[in-house]
Amino acid sequence: MSKIFLITGDRKGIGRSLSEHYLSQGNIVIGCSRSGSDLEHNNYEHLICDVGDEKSVKSLILHIRKKYKSIDVLINNAGMASMNHILTTPVSTFDKLVHTNLKGTFLFTREASKIMRGKGGSIVNFSTVASPLNLEGEAIYASTKAAVEKLTKISSHELSNYNIRVNCIGPTPVYTDLIKAVPKNKIEELLSRQAIKRLGTFDDVKNVIDFYCSNSSNFITGQIIYLGGI
Amino acid sequence: MELESKIIKFLEDFLKEELGESIELSLESKLFGGEGPLDSMALVNLVVDLEELIEDDYGKTITLADEKAMSRRTSPFSRVQNLIDYVQEQLNSDNNE
Repeated sequence: MSKIFLITGDRKGIGRSLSEHYLSQGNIVIGCSRSGSDLEHNNYEHLICDVGDEKSVKSLILHIRKKYKSIDVLINNAGMASMNHILTTPVSTFDKLVHTNLKGTFLFTREASKIMRGKGGSIVNFSTVASPLNLEGEAIYASTKAAVEKLTKISSHELSNYNIRVNCIGPTPVYTDLIKAVPKNKIEELLSRQAIKRLGTFDDVKNVIDFYCSNSSNFITGQIIYLGGI
Repeated sequence: MELESKIIKFLEDFLKEELGESIELSLESKLFGGEGPLDSMALVNLVVDLEELIEDDYGKTITLADEKAMSRRTSPFSRVQNLIDYVQEQLNSDNNE
């Protein structure tokens, strides 16, 4: 049976790939990002939204409630990365990372859950292997993702009464815009700490999200799965 | 007046659904705290449902559980009248859309 997916940050990269994946299965997908998308499909709608802006998020969710009535799956994919030594990290970078990665995940979780309350749903958050690996140069990025992990754990308890499951995926680097500026030796250093030493692929990410969203996973909540073996 | 009767009807329906019993409310009826019928989870549901009602009927997005509400000496959720006053205040505020 087709589901209604809400995927944040789906203009490109993993988000775009996820939108195409769930559309190809006959689902309805609502995507959002700060600028327009060229993805065209009868079951797709793209909305402009700054995920860390409360008014913007509330207005998007109101539109979805009126038009679609429900959301089955929320994928909090929108994210921002930054690599810098802590001594040279501008506070503006800190603010941007918290705004998008943490505040965005919180706002979408809160507002989408209000719609999901009726029949339940599944929320998937994005962390990173940089968090458990304590990667140098990723202090702020990994901190925001560590906070997303804690948000996942606690919201899974608070939302379980509404039959809403909340889980999290921690991908290894996947070749997207998010990592193209990261030096090659840094990526290799990271890969060497994984059990399976390779970059992740979009399919690796989809596989875990498919598992989380499956109706058979109705006993799976509050979990974090890291790719690659951490 | 319209807002008052709308909120009272909403609260009576909500309490019936939440507690499974019909309660006739007056402006002085207690809601949350003391001998009020709502527990903390019921209050969460009430806030969300009422925000949704206001959004649908008045086309305005309001936030009922904000810092202002939490820091008041008299909670907007303690009695029916306080809640109506608070919703009216939020509707009049320019901070909401």
